[in-house]
Amino acid sequence: MDLITEITIFVLAAFVGFEVISKVPTTLHTPLMSQTNAIHGIVLLGGLIVVGFGDDAIEYVIGVIAIAFGTINIVGGFMVTDRMLGMFARKPKPPASSSEGSSAPGDPGSAGIRPEAEGSSEG
Amino acid sequence: MPVLAVIEPGGDLAVVLYIVAFSLFIFGVRRGTHPTTAKQGNLIAAVGMAIAVATTLLLDGIGNWGLIIVGLAIGAAVGVVASIRVQMTQMPQMVALYNGVGGGAVALIAWSEIRHGIALGEEIPLDQLVPILFSAVIGSVSFWGSNIAFAKLQDLIPTKPLAIPGQQVINALLLAGILAACVALGINNDDPSQGLFVGVLIAAAVLGNLVVLPIGGADMPVVIALLNAFTGLAAAAAGFALDNVALIVAGTLVGSSGTILTLEMATAMNRSVANILFAGFGGAPAGGGAGDGEERPHISIGAQDAAIKLAYADSVVIVPGYGLAVAQAQHAVKEMADELEKRGVTVNYAIHPVAGRMPGHMNVLLAEADVPYEKLREMDEINPELPRTDVAVVIGANDVTNPAAKNDPDSPIAGMPIIEVHEAQQVIVIKRSLSPGFAGIDNDLFYEPNTSMLFADAKRAAAEIAGEITEL
Repeated sequence: MDLITEITIFVLAAFVGFEVISKVPTTLHTPLMSQTNAIHGIVLLGGLIVVGFGDDAIEYVIGVIAIAFGTINIVGGFMVTDRMLGMFARKPKPPASSSEGSSAPGDPGSAGIRPEAEGSSEG
Repeated sequence: MPVLAVIEPGGDLAVVLYIVAFSLFIFGVRRGTHPTTAKQGNLIAAVGMAIAVATTLLLDGIGNWGLIIVGLAIGAAVGVVASIRVQMTQMPQMVALYNGVGGGAVALIAWSEIRHGIALGEEIPLDQLVPILFSAVIGSVSFWGSNIAFAKLQDLIPTKPLAIPGQQVINALLLAGILAACVALGINNDDPSQGLFVGVLIAAAVLGNLVVLPIGGADMPVVIALLNAFTGLAAAAAGFALDNVALIVAGTLVGSSGTILTLEMATAMNRSVANILFAGFGGAPAGGGAGDGEERPHISIGAQDAAIKLAYADSVVIVPGYGLAVAQAQHAVKEMADELEKRGVTVNYAIHPVAGRMPGHMNVLLAEADVPYEKLREMDEINPELPRTDVAVVIGANDVTNPAAKNDPDSPIAGMPIIEVHEAQQVIVIKRSLSPGFAGIDNDLFYEPNTSMLFADAKRAAAEIAGEITEL
């Protein structure tokens, strides 16, 4: 690819980026930051190329660290974003749901993941 | 494993697969515009990433599988464990850490690229060398800067702004030195000195430390967003050096996102990005702050009074701030709101753009406590409704509710957009003391005749109020 093509891609990508990102509401800015953060982990590809086509020991060391860093960035970033967004995706429950009769099918699996600080008001 | 290696590097198939990958990134971010589709969007982007990685692993001629697998395994293990164990309140430092390792990876790849170029013994074309140098400098700044941001948010080092005498001069000299060294490397692109290149990496590392160290903990989110943009651009630069279209587009996408978020946060704090980065705000007590030591009259109430005010209101707006996050009070606040809703009180939440430690951080914390996102109202949306609101409850927020920002043109925070709780019929402020907020100035709201102060820890206060409401 020649430089001019690459610059063209860069400029167009910047405009697409600004268009798409500016439509994300404030509510989702933390997951957005975390998700785009995961996306720049794509530098992992560079690490893979360095090690995969490399041929000296120092290069291997640098490359393996780069691969590990990039993988942390990708895996951690996407997983943590998924955790955050899972909280938003949860269906709002009707406020007085102490009895069983509601029509909501109920998903005990996802509702169970809730840390501490529950149930002190009922006592 | 030559059987696997089927894709020609730089060939059409590889490029097409990379295009598929970055299209999925863009599509994934686009799905992130609504809470119900964002989770799916994140998954789509992750699939794009898997395609990009798989394509690279299948390139013809790639070897050293053992080393690659070691790197991938270590990274995946750390990433999985960290992302499962992190608490939602710690999200800003987690993002900082992930951002840092990304920046570190870019810098290392740049180093390896230049070593490779030197080893070949040929002239490194400038359209490769310039992006290599850019990604090396920015990657290194981002790695060290993010680590400092992480350490500050995790309270590993003092979060107060650290004033280093003459730091502006030192930073300027470092930057000038880095630029000069880069120019020297560029002029000698037929045989660039690796020693000089490593010197650039180190100088950029020092610069990253020095720039972020003096910034106060409360400004860290802006720094993280900015460093996120930097790492993205560094990744795009690496894409130029490696002729990889996926890196260029993905990196640019992140660069745009980080830039938008940085500017938005700066606007919400009514400060320029330069001011945040270089002013060491919040260090010295800001001039013009009212009441040095003198006690001003205020109304103090207990949980029971607060419960009565709230329970007999028609509409309540809760204004959560950073103090709520620190006290981990989101669940207790949600319980209090549940009790009120059982009595037919309308409860909404007013979220200032910089509530929490990151834009949107408060939304995540409240979502964690099962508050439906429809109840999380943005500042511009809720402000017109506040005059019709019976009670506004400010929990752990301070500067973002200070009417001085609107009424006092001499105030240091004059012009900062605020949540206009003073317009509400009554205000209850839950706070541990009358101490000034991050801006170091007194909050006039506390002394308004319709404001009641409830001095307590946010979590305990919310739980007590919830308890009192059930007794009514």
